[in-house]
Amino acid sequence: MTTSVLTSAILEARRNGRPALIPFLTGGFPDRESFWPALEELARSGADVIEIGVPFSDPVADGPVVAAASLKALEDGVDLAWILDGLAARRLGVPLVLMSYANPLLQYAWPLTDPSAVLQARVEESLAHFARKAEEAGISGIIVPDMPLEEYGPFLRALAGTSLDPIALVGPNTSPERMARYARVAGGYVYVVSVLGTTGVREGLPQEVVQTLGRARRAFGLPLALGFGIKSPDQLAALGAEPDAVIIGSALLAHLGAGGDCRGFMAPWLAY
Amino acid sequence: MQAYFGEFGGQFVPEVLMPPLEELERAMELILPTAGFREEYASLLAGWAGRPTPLTFCPRLSESLGLRLWLKREDLLHTGAHKVNNTLGQALLARLMGKEALVAETGAGQHGVATAAAAARLGLSAVIFMGEVDVGRQRLNVERMRLLGAEVVPVRDGTRTLKDAINEALRYWLTNQRSTHYCFGTAAGPHPFPTLVRDFQAVIGREARAQFLELGEGLPDLVVACVGGGSNAIGVFHGFLDDPGVGLVGVEAAGTGEPGCHNSAPLNLGRPGILHGQISMLLQTPDGQILPSHSVSAGLDYPGVGPEHAFLAKTGRVRYAMADDSQALAAFRALSAQEGIIPALESAHALAFVLESHASLGKGSKVMVNLSGRGDKDMDIYLGQPQA
Repeated sequence: MTTSVLTSAILEARRNGRPALIPFLTGGFPDRESFWPALEELARSGADVIEIGVPFSDPVADGPVVAAASLKALEDGVDLAWILDGLAARRLGVPLVLMSYANPLLQYAWPLTDPSAVLQARVEESLAHFARKAEEAGISGIIVPDMPLEEYGPFLRALAGTSLDPIALVGPNTSPERMARYARVAGGYVYVVSVLGTTGVREGLPQEVVQTLGRARRAFGLPLALGFGIKSPDQLAALGAEPDAVIIGSALLAHLGAGGDCRGFMAPWLAY
Repeated sequence: MQAYFGEFGGQFVPEVLMPPLEELERAMELILPTAGFREEYASLLAGWAGRPTPLTFCPRLSESLGLRLWLKREDLLHTGAHKVNNTLGQALLARLMGKEALVAETGAGQHGVATAAAAARLGLSAVIFMGEVDVGRQRLNVERMRLLGAEVVPVRDGTRTLKDAINEALRYWLTNQRSTHYCFGTAAGPHPFPTLVRDFQAVIGREARAQFLELGEGLPDLVVACVGGGSNAIGVFHGFLDDPGVGLVGVEAAGTGEPGCHNSAPLNLGRPGILHGQISMLLQTPDGQILPSHSVSAGLDYPGVGPEHAFLAKTGRVRYAMADDSQALAAFRALSAQEGIIPALESAHALAFVLESHASLGKGSKVMVNLSGRGDKDMDIYLGQPQA
């Protein structure tokens, strides 16, 4: 099995003595025109991997900042096809991960599925079509925040014929047993959710992050990326937590929304 | 326990919601069958909520329609609708699970009021999320919830109605899962909610079936109920699913009835999709964004539907029809003027189906409509409509 480009990119940053940086940007944010330059600037400003969020009308795992960015993008007419077509026309030089709720992925190729087939077969067929398009667009991994182990089957089968990594999400309440089950099927890196809550900046991170990372370290052979609530390098230092990567979403969206640039946002992290 | 009804259902939720869903499923298996739970639930349903509810014959409408029409009177239940069958069961279960608080969503406010009342009776605190639009059009229910001791939180995201209130309640539960039970209001959402809510609402169908047999009338030819998320309908249908001679009709809200209008009829006008933890029928755009729904009845105003209804539609055991706003308002007036009962606009959709299609139902057929709620709450909406 070839090593995932996502795993390699994170391990490369670790060899340079810092956690890998994974900024998250909602597709089409701050607006349709400035999204692509923002993505390119992130790639030039030290991002090791970039996560791109597919806007959805009902983002239950997201806090107010990502939810608002998502709704604004929808108002601007952004959809999964626009994101994939735009990516297919560019090469950013940084591995990309797509984060999407289940329904936009499911509906992407729904009209192409066989209406006489049972629902689960249509789900798998639609997701498989999406996965091929995502691969062509240069995507390396997929995160689906509303698809836990119980619903993973069709998704894994759809990704099986591609180079895409299914990225597992685990949290403070994920048992070692469930982590072990994810470990058998997941790839790329592990998205470790820092708190019981939604995405969004928090002043302090709970001490239980250290325990969660410890459990994930024992369960997975993949790099661990810590996300939800991450704003500044000081938070990690205060905890003594050592994830292999950090995922920074809401803080970046808020920074860009207030007129800031990507380079200025990334600088303190590169110095960490 | 099965997470799917045929092809529909499942648990499409963030990983961090799986442990509380598993905890709830274990609690259902361990607590619901115990004598302690069953006795206290039965005693509260009888002594506090007002069960059994009567089966009422409608002589004047029967005469004019050429049918024999009965109503199952969930409108007479405490707090004014069938919702309390479920909230009382879930509140009691939550207390036995050691939870201190309930969180719930509400559209029209009926489920919010029923949750707040059950929480007050059982000494739990309650937080109710309600879309800002609904807060505006259901002031009275907001104040009832507050009087009952609940905290009402207006939701300003998205369409600012029921679906967004569910999103916010899910986020709250995700964050406060250790102390709080999510008292879900309809037979939808992630497993095990569709089963849990159905089992608490199944008392409607069990009771109605026994009452019919007691009348010496045999079984009804047709049972009709309105379907939003679908909890009153699944509750009444379950009493008759195994009676092949009993036809079952669920009635969705067609909105204004104009072609292409916003509606609340995903079984008739939607396609399969994933929302709020389940794969079911859904109103959505081609790229999978959830469409705003519309119905004159706030309680039916939801773009999705419980997975068991999607299953029963697919198997053909239940037929799903539609009634539009004006047909429901006509039924609202007819039942009030001719039988002395003001129905909830939700339940008026079920009655509207009977008024519209009585000619094809067969002379003298025995028809039972589940009157899921009373209409006092809808007077402002009724008065705001152009009068026919």
